[in-house]
Amino acid sequence: MSESALNLENIVVAFGALKAVDNVSMTVKRGERRAIIGPNGAGKTTLFNAITGVTRSTSGRITFEGLDISRKPAQSRARMGISRTFQITNLFPSLTVEQNMQLALRGTGSRKFSMLGSARLVSEEREQVASALALSRLATREAVEVTELSYGEQRQLEIAMALVSRPRLLLLDEPAAGLSPAERQMVTDIVRSLPKDLTVVLIEHDMELVLKLVDYVTCLNNGQMLAEGSPEEIRANQLVQDVYLGKARANA
Amino acid sequence: MMAMGPLSIWRSPLIFLAILAAIFGVLPLLISQYRMSIANEILIFALLAMSIDVLAGYAGRTSLGHGAIFGTATYVIIYWTANLGGSPWIGCLLAIAAAVLMAAAFALFAMRVSGVYFVLITLALGMIVWGVCLRWSNVTGGENGIRGSGRPDIIADPFVFYYVTLAVVLFFAFVIWRFVHSPFGLSLCGIRDSESRMRSLGYGTTLHMFLAFTITGFFSGIAGVLYAFFNNFVSPSTVELSQSVEGLLMAIVGGVGTIFGAFLGSAAIILLENVVSQYTARWPMVLGFMFIGIMIFAPQGILGALKRQATRKL
Ligand SMILES: Nc1ncnc2c1ncn2[C@@H]1O[C@H](COP(=O)(O)OP(=O)(O)O)[C@@H](O)[C@H]1O
Ligand SMILES: [Mg+2]
Repeated sequence: MSESALNLENIVVAFGALKAVDNVSMTVKRGERRAIIGPNGAGKTTLFNAITGVTRSTSGRITFEGLDISRKPAQSRARMGISRTFQITNLFPSLTVEQNMQLALRGTGSRKFSMLGSARLVSEEREQVASALALSRLATREAVEVTELSYGEQRQLEIAMALVSRPRLLLLDEPAAGLSPAERQMVTDIVRSLPKDLTVVLIEHDMELVLKLVDYVTCLNNGQMLAEGSPEEIRANQLVQDVYLGKARANA
Repeated sequence: MMAMGPLSIWRSPLIFLAILAAIFGVLPLLISQYRMSIANEILIFALLAMSIDVLAGYAGRTSLGHGAIFGTATYVIIYWTANLGGSPWIGCLLAIAAAVLMAAAFALFAMRVSGVYFVLITLALGMIVWGVCLRWSNVTGGENGIRGSGRPDIIADPFVFYYVTLAVVLFFAFVIWRFVHSPFGLSLCGIRDSESRMRSLGYGTTLHMFLAFTITGFFSGIAGVLYAFFNNFVSPSTVELSQSVEGLLMAIVGGVGTIFGAFLGSAAIILLENVVSQYTARWPMVLGFMFIGIMIFAPQGILGALKRQATRKL
């Protein structure tokens, strides 16, 4: 098997005249922790959408574990082991935490087509759900309806749902945005305790958090790759400071 | 044994089925034969309403086409037995197959859309079926319809037919209940809540909607066959829009997403129709007011409101 988990070659995503992602290439190694940073509107979420198939890339090639997935629909990519969370919380609000997890667990298998069997979890599935919930610090909340969860818990459930099917590539879109310092710490702990062989790509604004978590950083600006490097290199990079950190400071 | 909490009554279909079996089972002993035929009709339309409730209450899609799918089955079995002289049992299979195919054809158009687009597409397709039944008169008899050749001897007796209907409808009520509470049924709720999340989790949501729609066509088709045996006559009014509207209203009145509420909704609407039509020909208007009243005072329907009461008391 190839060494790289995810490989992007000259990815372009255009909305009419706007190139939200403009000729981005990058390689993420198996087991790597990668951050994607950049100001709002830089094209980070759009890049995630292109990788997961939510949006088709206008041109370019995406390979996952050596296979070209550029033209595959989102659900096929998910079944291949690509999983994600959403920047704007995207859960099943009228269902319970447990039902959300059931749906998340069965999406990649064949039991989702069972039409007369019980929706209840079988014991093996229950273990998988319990371990994903425990990893996401939601262990005691199974029976609660999603609308009754706090915002922070909903973000934790986002992660638990992305984890439960045991993906090989996990894309986290601003998992800590809008959370209190204590909750951000929890998210940091969650990301840190993820299995070592899982490849993780993380969109995050908070450089402190990024520094603690990742091996490598990609910085986007106006859809284009601005810089790549270790967290320390990115911190010291003049371009990044001007475009991203400067702006972030100005926004604060 | 598992402890039975106060909520588990909503989880177990057997209690409801037993209550329904008891009520509808003793009815014929207490009422006149004419009233028994009304009860028989209630049962048949409850099955149609349950098939609509699968889409409305779980997948969150309001169909105005299931009356046409139901009526397709009625047309096919009556044409087969009366005009072609075929066996009624083979006719049953052909009629149900026709309803399933019709539903599959509807599904091809409707599986990618939701909300008002779904309503409009199912409405338009239903109207096409109605138009064909009206115009293709050398087959369908046009406005005059087709008179059936009567029920097979074994179910000719009204009592026997009533209990056969009861058994079939309760059996499929159980099947539908299992269906919506299966992993596949839960996937329909997921599609209702967030189709984009479902796709990102690995679900081919279009395929799920296609299958769900087609399967509800199967249930509607069974109701359509029972109706053919019950009514012994089919005309374009069997496939017209008001049939779909009535089926949907029954599901709403009973409580969308409750499945068994369909029995209450069907009873309420058919009984009211019988009472009202003694005094006025303006049944559709009454139906309209009732619809508005339900939406204002009990939008979750009768069973939905009861269920809410029961949960709130905990
Ligand atoms: N579906 C869409 N249609 C049109 N424009 C879009 C769409 N999605 C994103 N954009 C635009 O693409 C640019 C990048 O957006 P996004 O990827 O969400 O940025 P980021 O996640 O880095 O904040 C923005 O200008 C945004 O308005
Ligand atoms: Mg974003």
